[in-house]
Amino acid sequence: MDSFSSPPSGGKLDSAQRGQIMDQVKTQIALANAQELLQRMTDKCFKKCVNKPGTTLDSSEQKCLAFCMDRYMDAWNTVSRTYNQRLQREHNKM
Amino acid sequence: MSFDSSSFGGGADGEDAELKAFLAVEGQKAKFQNQVHMFTDVCWDRCVDKPSNKLDSKTETCLVNCVERFIDSTLAMTNRFQQLINKQAGQ
Repeated sequence: MDSFSSPPSGGKLDSAQRGQIMDQVKTQIALANAQELLQRMTDKCFKKCVNKPGTTLDSSEQKCLAFCMDRYMDAWNTVSRTYNQRLQREHNKM
Repeated sequence: MSFDSSSFGGGADGEDAELKAFLAVEGQKAKFQNQVHMFTDVCWDRCVDKPSNKLDSKTETCLVNCVERFIDSTLAMTNRFQQLINKQAGQ
């Protein structure tokens, strides 16, 4: 069952290599999370702020986008806190 | 996002148990964050009207309720679906 799971070089990972992998994984996850947030946020805020796309992004639209971005991140944090608390509650029930 | 921990060595001797545990935790965190993205997406549409300079308490309450009720709905639907499946299997 473990015949495919040996490291490519055949050697053991030393602690520096292991640390490197961990850092890479953390960075990649953080990057993916930021991309996901930016993509969803842009989608939502474009819908809210740019109703009739004109020849430029006018100043009221830009202001709206800035507000919207800040509020979206507030909302994300509220949702994160709520979900986390709910998970804790469900966990304690078991 | 999913991580195939088997490609990082380890195995029966548990020599990379540390890495395995790390990946399990990071995977859980990533799952959590993806779930938060999904909830925020749904609840933003339900709760936020015109974005102003502050998230008011009404919106905040709406967001909290939205997440809680979404989870309740998920549980209720899952239970009922399970019952339907069981009923069909019993016939």
